[in-house]
Amino acid sequence: MAHPAGFGAERMADILRLDHVTKTFRGGVVAVDDISLDIREGEFLTMLGPSGCGKTTTLRMIGGFEYPDSGSILLDGQDVTDAPPYQRPVNMMFQDFALFPHMTVAANIGYGLKIAGTPRAETESRVREALDMIELPGMADRLPSQLSNGQRQRVALARALMRHPRILLLDEPMSALDAKLKEAMQVELKHIHDRIGITFIMVTHDQTESMIMSDRIIVMRNGRIEQIGSPTELYDRPASAYVADFLGTSNMVPVTVHRTGEEVVARAGDASFRIARAGSVVADGATMTMFIRPEKIRLGANGGDGNVFSGAVREVFFSGNAVRIDLDIGAGQIVMVHHQLDTALGDAGLPAAGDTVTCSVKPETISLFDSADAAAVAAVGGAA
Amino acid sequence: MNHARRHKLGFWVLFSAPMLWWIIVLLVPYLIMLSISFYSRQFPFHVPDFQFGNYLILLQDSQYWTVLLRSVKVSILVSLAAFAMGYPLAYFLAFKVQSERLRLFLYVATIVPLWVSYLLRAYTWKTILGSEGILNSFLMWVGILDEPSTLFLYNEFAMVVTMAYIFTPFMVMPIYASLEKIPRSLIEASKDLGAARFSTFWRITLPLTMPGVLAGFTFTFGLSVGDFVSPLLVGGPYSNMISNVIATQFGMAMNWPLGAALGVVMLFIVLGVITASDKLERAGRLNLG
Amino acid sequence: MTTTQMHGIATTEKLGSRRRRPIDKGTSALAVAAMSVLAFLYVPIATLMVFSFNDNPVTRLPLTGFTLDWYHKALTNPDLMTALWNSVIVGLAAVAICLAIGIPTAFALDRYDFPGKTAFRRLVILPITLPGLITGVSMLVFFRAAGVDLSLWTVIVGHGTALTAIVVTNVFARLQRFDRRIEEASADLGAKPWQTFLFVTLPNIKSALIGSSLIAFTLSFDEIPVTFFLTGRDNTLPMYIWSVIRRGITPEINAIGTIIVAVSIVLILVSVFMMYQENQKGSTR
Repeated sequence: MAHPAGFGAERMADILRLDHVTKTFRGGVVAVDDISLDIREGEFLTMLGPSGCGKTTTLRMIGGFEYPDSGSILLDGQDVTDAPPYQRPVNMMFQDFALFPHMTVAANIGYGLKIAGTPRAETESRVREALDMIELPGMADRLPSQLSNGQRQRVALARALMRHPRILLLDEPMSALDAKLKEAMQVELKHIHDRIGITFIMVTHDQTESMIMSDRIIVMRNGRIEQIGSPTELYDRPASAYVADFLGTSNMVPVTVHRTGEEVVARAGDASFRIARAGSVVADGATMTMFIRPEKIRLGANGGDGNVFSGAVREVFFSGNAVRIDLDIGAGQIVMVHHQLDTALGDAGLPAAGDTVTCSVKPETISLFDSADAAAVAAVGGAA
Repeated sequence: MNHARRHKLGFWVLFSAPMLWWIIVLLVPYLIMLSISFYSRQFPFHVPDFQFGNYLILLQDSQYWTVLLRSVKVSILVSLAAFAMGYPLAYFLAFKVQSERLRLFLYVATIVPLWVSYLLRAYTWKTILGSEGILNSFLMWVGILDEPSTLFLYNEFAMVVTMAYIFTPFMVMPIYASLEKIPRSLIEASKDLGAARFSTFWRITLPLTMPGVLAGFTFTFGLSVGDFVSPLLVGGPYSNMISNVIATQFGMAMNWPLGAALGVVMLFIVLGVITASDKLERAGRLNLG
Repeated sequence: MTTTQMHGIATTEKLGSRRRRPIDKGTSALAVAAMSVLAFLYVPIATLMVFSFNDNPVTRLPLTGFTLDWYHKALTNPDLMTALWNSVIVGLAAVAICLAIGIPTAFALDRYDFPGKTAFRRLVILPITLPGLITGVSMLVFFRAAGVDLSLWTVIVGHGTALTAIVVTNVFARLQRFDRRIEEASADLGAKPWQTFLFVTLPNIKSALIGSSLIAFTLSFDEIPVTFFLTGRDNTLPMYIWSVIRRGITPEINAIGTIIVAVSIVLILVSVFMMYQENQKGSTR
């Protein structure tokens, strides 16, 4: 599809814009709270968050199944805020797929073409092509009830892509699949996205899934956007304890902050950590929460590069390719260390409970978060 | 056009004609009947009025009380008889028939009679119970009776038998539905804990099926109290029910105001029974919860 | 059963058998009771059928001989045939009204909120909650007040009004279980609301529509309390039978009754079969 002149010179053009979109459900529950967002042509964007965070409502507003109370939605520069689903060049793959139970696989896939008035012969040949693409040839005359979940998902995908939508919406596409199939489909769906170049917007509560598949992730919380960024940005530099907790495992250690000019040091137990990215708001003497990914902590002093600290080994958990070591760094404060086992180790190579080990962690991998917020996140109990 | 207006327009396109229909042919007739119950009668017509004379007649004339009490009594007896027959059948179907197909077949067999002409089912009892009828001729044939007995037909007994027969499926259906909902593990747990079968039934099964039993009683009572055909066929001249009196007031007697007042009384009896069973069921649910 | 068997294994053989025997006795007593009730439900129907083939014009025992005369007489009786035909017309027309009014009403109740909705829902089911007598009488005074002469038309309107609740409740129940997302999927794929209704919604509530239409038709075919007050010169079948059996008993009625039973059973088998298929579909979905 052609773009308006002067669009998308230095970066990918925006295909969809949400502008101060708010949606309140009956009973006063604010599902989506003043969200503004630009989505780029061709990207794979994921909205991630626990149930009730507003991600599904946002997706449904983009599809036209819900309408915002205020704000607007622009698709290719056109206001579609109030347009019904059948007037939007956007298609959706529904959670649990929503296949028409009374229609065959072929009729399901060809439905959009039939509605568009496509000649019968053309519909038939395109349905055949689609069946080949999803590797279900010969299933044309089955009913959805005669398919496995994985097959249903493929049919739903083909059905949604038949009209060449500008955007494909995916609502928890993997939730009906078992773990093994899920992994395979994540890769396959990403390949399909790369091949056809259509913008994908997916909703999921599965952080691994979102990181594997997406170009960008939006982490949502209570109807608002908590952070937007690439998977690596979100993982390495989470903007809040909420994001850090949602994506992957992390150490959240209560610390006291000591500030002298630009130098910021956080103390926990007997250890102290220099912080590289503290920001100016951090005040001397404040109580905060320190965030460190367990795999960023290395065993050994590593030549004094970074923060060196030591602790008593409490427990060691072996998981094949890695070990998790729980260290007591004083005052009962536990820090998890993930150690990748790149070479075969004898039993002697691993520390045992009771040993004292020295570790190091680079200052730029540490973040400080507000304690109250971290406590709130901890209280909810890490949705991931 | 925005979505809110689309939604509203959809509602009106869909619903304005049916709404009008419901108001004109259902609400208005009920209201007219209600207002006619306050009219006064000037033979052979009735004139618009607002007075309680018709209700006063019902209150003061003992023959209406007799009819009303007979209606209630017969309807209760019918419900009890239908319960006595319907519960064992429903219980047997739900708990004792192991094969699912056989159960479906027997259940369908139970409700098939409902589809057979109501009038013919009532009328057949006349041919069975009548003095020239099958029961009498059978009893004489086998030598129990020397001459036909007139005790079987044209009395309250005949009405109860006929209506209980007609309405028993309405008792079986809701009881069966509530029996089916009981988890088998509950019954087995009770037996496992050493409860005798009767006490399992009395303490577990029966209370859990009370909603179904109440629904069954409500159905059969309402149907019996409103039935004017069976009484006419098998009840005989001295077994008038309130339904017959109403029918007569709108037919031969041509006293619409009185008939309408009686109709309103019946309406309140039926709605009263429905409300009461609703309340009972809700109270029972709280006890169980 | 399985638990008692397990008990039998778990406890000593003696205790097991002592426990099992009274259960069997009780169960068989229950079976006898249940089957007697079922038999009782069929006594009048059997009577009807048997005497439709008995050549004695008086319905009494013992049976005298086999004949098909009553069927011949019934089927060549012009009054009876006219009444039968009237009943078919009334039934079909009433079903048409039930569907035309009942479907949109069920949708409105399922999908829209409007002031007075609770009261409206109660009003709609009143005709199947209240005795038919009350609805019949109310419609009689209504038609008289409106100056409408009683005819088959008033009967049709009466049946339509009294029986629409059947369609409303059935379709409403189906809609409550209906997965709205397949409608969203249809709209998503470009279908306008009427297309979604026609291609997606309707096929999925089909069984509720057919089922409730069948019930409404059979009820109309058998309806007395409303018809009794609304009928003009033209008789429906029940009204004709009514007029005949008030005068006296004739085996002709048994014959026509037997035919109705046979047709009803075929219809019931069809609808049960359809329900069964629908359930099968539902359980695998």
